[in-house]
Amino acid sequence: MSLALRGDLPLPVVPFPTPAMPASNFSAPAITASAEVRIAGVAFTALANGALWQNSDRLLIVADLHLEKGSSFARRGQLLPPYDTAATLAALSELVFRLDPAAVVALGDSFHDNAGAERLGSYDRAALSALQRGREWLWVAGNHDDDLPAAIGGEHVSSIAMGPLTLRHEPSESDGDGEIAGHLHPAARVAGRAGSVRRRCFIGDGSRLILPAFGAYAGGLNVLDLAFRSFFPRRFTAFVLGNEAVYPVSRSRLCGG
Amino acid sequence: MTIAVSKQGKSDGGIGNLLPRGFTNWFAGRGWSPRAHQMALLEHTRRGLSTLLIAPTGAGKTLAGFLPSLIAFSEQAPDAGKRGLHTLYISPLKALAVDIARNLEAPVAEMALDLRLETRTGDTPQHKRRRQKYDPPDILLTTPEQLALLLASADAGRLFATVKTVILDELHALVTSKRGDLLSLGLTRLRRLAGDPIMIGLSATVAEPDELRAWLKGQPAAENVRPDPAALSELIVVDGGASPAITILQSDERVPWSGHTARYAYPEILAAVAAHRLSLIFVNTRSQAELLFQELWRLNSDGLPIAIHHGSLDVGQRRRVESAMSAGKICAVVCTSTLDLGLDWGDVDLVVHVGVPKGASRLAQRIGCANHRLDEPSEGLLVPANRFEVLECRAALDANYLGAQDTPPIRPGGLDVLAQHVLGMACAEPLDLSELYDEIRSASPYGDLDWETFERVVDFVATGGYALRSYERFAKIRRGKDGRWRVSNQRIAQQYRLNVGTIIEVPLLNVRLTRMSKSGVALRGGRALGKIEEYFIETLAPADTFLFAGHVLAFSGIRDNEVIATRTPDETPKMPLYAGGKFPLTTYLAEGVRGLIADPKSWSRLPEAVAEWLRLQRNRSTLPRLDQLLVETFPRGDRFYLVAYPFEGRLVHQTLGMLLTRRLERAGLKPTGFVATDYSLATSALEDIGSAFAEGKPTVDELFDEDMLGDDLEAWLAESYLLKRTFRNTALISGIIQKRHPGEQKTGRQVSVSTDLIYDVLRRFEPDHILLQATWTDAATGLLDIARLGDMLSRIGGRIIHKRLDRISPLAIPVMLEIGREAIDGEGREEILREAADDLVREASR
Repeated sequence: MSLALRGDLPLPVVPFPTPAMPASNFSAPAITASAEVRIAGVAFTALANGALWQNSDRLLIVADLHLEKGSSFARRGQLLPPYDTAATLAALSELVFRLDPAAVVALGDSFHDNAGAERLGSYDRAALSALQRGREWLWVAGNHDDDLPAAIGGEHVSSIAMGPLTLRHEPSESDGDGEIAGHLHPAARVAGRAGSVRRRCFIGDGSRLILPAFGAYAGGLNVLDLAFRSFFPRRFTAFVLGNEAVYPVSRSRLCGG
Repeated sequence: MTIAVSKQGKSDGGIGNLLPRGFTNWFAGRGWSPRAHQMALLEHTRRGLSTLLIAPTGAGKTLAGFLPSLIAFSEQAPDAGKRGLHTLYISPLKALAVDIARNLEAPVAEMALDLRLETRTGDTPQHKRRRQKYDPPDILLTTPEQLALLLASADAGRLFATVKTVILDELHALVTSKRGDLLSLGLTRLRRLAGDPIMIGLSATVAEPDELRAWLKGQPAAENVRPDPAALSELIVVDGGASPAITILQSDERVPWSGHTARYAYPEILAAVAAHRLSLIFVNTRSQAELLFQELWRLNSDGLPIAIHHGSLDVGQRRRVESAMSAGKICAVVCTSTLDLGLDWGDVDLVVHVGVPKGASRLAQRIGCANHRLDEPSEGLLVPANRFEVLECRAALDANYLGAQDTPPIRPGGLDVLAQHVLGMACAEPLDLSELYDEIRSASPYGDLDWETFERVVDFVATGGYALRSYERFAKIRRGKDGRWRVSNQRIAQQYRLNVGTIIEVPLLNVRLTRMSKSGVALRGGRALGKIEEYFIETLAPADTFLFAGHVLAFSGIRDNEVIATRTPDETPKMPLYAGGKFPLTTYLAEGVRGLIADPKSWSRLPEAVAEWLRLQRNRSTLPRLDQLLVETFPRGDRFYLVAYPFEGRLVHQTLGMLLTRRLERAGLKPTGFVATDYSLATSALEDIGSAFAEGKPTVDELFDEDMLGDDLEAWLAESYLLKRTFRNTALISGIIQKRHPGEQKTGRQVSVSTDLIYDVLRRFEPDHILLQATWTDAATGLLDIARLGDMLSRIGGRIIHKRLDRISPLAIPVMLEIGREAIDGEGREEILREAADDLVREASR
């Protein structure tokens, strides 16, 4: 018996964009792998890979990319595989080239630390620039990356107001109405007859929505953790990321861990 | 441990004169005489020969191991001055080291030997550990991890230069684990520093003594190939004492078809406890212990003092139980393997084992706990939980009487452990790679290590060994101008020291018992009850009740990484306790069970209900011969089933079930899932599998063809949670992820980056990375038991009998009962999410 691990997946290549690429060239996963969510009356689409899409403004929102988390750990002696940035950007590229957004909002903690932008490898830097080209790009400041260098491109903001909506990194204790935030990395464990499944998820109550972390090395915090309670004291729905769809699940079907 | 030897011990006048007068008097003063094996070991060590001593529990093994050193001290000039460390004793359990030290104090004091004896474990205070380095005792009792730490310090050369004797206790338990790998590597360095000291290995009976004999000795360097035959230590074997009196519980109740609790037998267990002085009741899992404990107390109208002891309980609580045992204040302890390994806590006169002990050696060892006097039979009672377990207990008993041993063979050493050792050696002193390579290969588990793999491991330690060489500036070890490798900075060495070792605990969470406020919110504070497995908590929803530390508790939530629980008036916990699939128990008794089934003459030794069951099976279907595999197909409800009986343990069956499902899928038979038990597996499908076999689309032999271990296996494995769990261990041991950082304590739960995420990324970008290779090798021999599945498939090739039935067979009932009771693997996990979402829709439209 051969014990060698054969690579049945090709080394993924971050595609260098050809801006004219039509959306129909991308088959998987279809835009149907999503769920409708309303925040303060505004309709959004929660996508199965953890991004939030607003079709009328062609706005794409992703939270907690944590780029260069691997190299951040390497500085402290934990030599994690240095491919997390490439993996995260590849997933983001797929979305951007399929949806061709007019604007992309990175909702904070886009880099694992402020120096992360400088550690970015040349290949990843090129991939990021390609993503930014031809569209508005907004870096919302997070607690990990409140002072990103200007050289990384895009606009640097602390929060964004959009009609009844506020986009910021950390959910606020006082003003949750119409808030879209990240920071908490929500994840849900769903119990079923045949065991349980843990996945990243959106969590919302119609008035506030918290996005799952998008980064390849970003972990998840169970939505039953008491950290979520002050933001969703009563009812909430977890929009759980599946392979084929985003599944709205009520609190009663969730378990800890 | 008792260092007493029996009064009947034979003294051999010829070698008796090896014993100095003081020792002869000391033995005589106690009414003892030295045993032949103790003298034989003394003789070997006098001649400077490393020796393996194999003896059953109670034979005075440990005293035999220490006797040469004690005698050496008695012969030493009184004022020899500063002598340095003379004898190193290494045991797998720190409790054992402490226990042995206590037991040695008596002979040392009584013979007025001039020596200092100390222990060093993770519990030893910092100041004492520091002092031990510059002012070592004569005899140090310690653990493999502490040895690794000492060897990785700059003082190692001075500290170990004086060592004459190394005693390795419970060697059989150590060598088959990664701790054994770590110890074998440590010993290579120790041999060099101490100039080849005498190694004394103490072991229970093992299947292949020569493997242990080679393990004890430094193997000579050979060009590219392992020397054959290997260099072996001397060997002394002591035959077993009186055969234990073990019986299988003959219950008046009917033994159930399936399940693991043995609830039917609880009244009879209680009656057995009442009839003995002190009983140990072993179960296989913590949750079984909790359940049994609660139920015994429910039945315990006489108020017999019964206690519980398992690894998740708070240390203080465990210590109280242990001292109550020694003081004779309790009459029974429900326990798990935390009481294994020859600890002697009191005068045990009955060992009960609920469920099968999963392996003949384990049975022998546990029964050995009762009554440490070699020449009196100890009493054991086996309580099978279901009918197949009756067969397995019978097979276990036969194995014990036959003295069969089933310790697993020693595997090639793990590369993750090697990576840890390389870093440790760089912390000790500047490294020359080719010197280190030769040193490492003198350890028998690493004799086959090739230079290229070794270099890759060094590269991995330095920069992670990635194809994308982006971590050169963060290298942990660097090559200097002199060609030697050194740690880059002291923080790296500090990290190594904090994370040394190979014991990866299942992530555990503290359970805190708090009170509810009036508004129904759990209050802060409260008593810590102990630790519980994180995976168990994963199955709980708020307000679910579960058993822990003998209480029924209600789960309230997780706060600051602690499980918050409150008391509940409920008597019956809602959550079932035995999550069978979580415990990868495998059975080495498979052949015995197959033999029992194949031999109707042996059925008279089985309970009548079980014999009747086998007779029914013979009439309705068939019974396979010892070398055959029985496969049955039959319709039931709206499904068609295939049931196979390999008796190879749950792990093998799970892997097999997964592979069969893939094949059935390809054959167009629309499988819907499978269930695996320790004895058999059942696969369900929408199409008629039996008629497909009849038409040869495919044949049953094709379905079970060995080549399923190829691509199907790889494709499935890559996604398997089992592989991810193996990866987590490999990542932690190899040091790519650290559990603890200088200045902070991290629990397993807080491991900074999820190893699952790292696994996914690494597998996608660098599938042939050395860490993934190490993971694959571990999984193949360990968790997934692929090697064993391969053996099974090649054994049954051409020997499969297929029975096409029109209804379920008697033998199929136990596994069919499991359907619906536990997870059916293979059915989409996506289905769970879909169901939950449907629920929400229903809820909303109510």
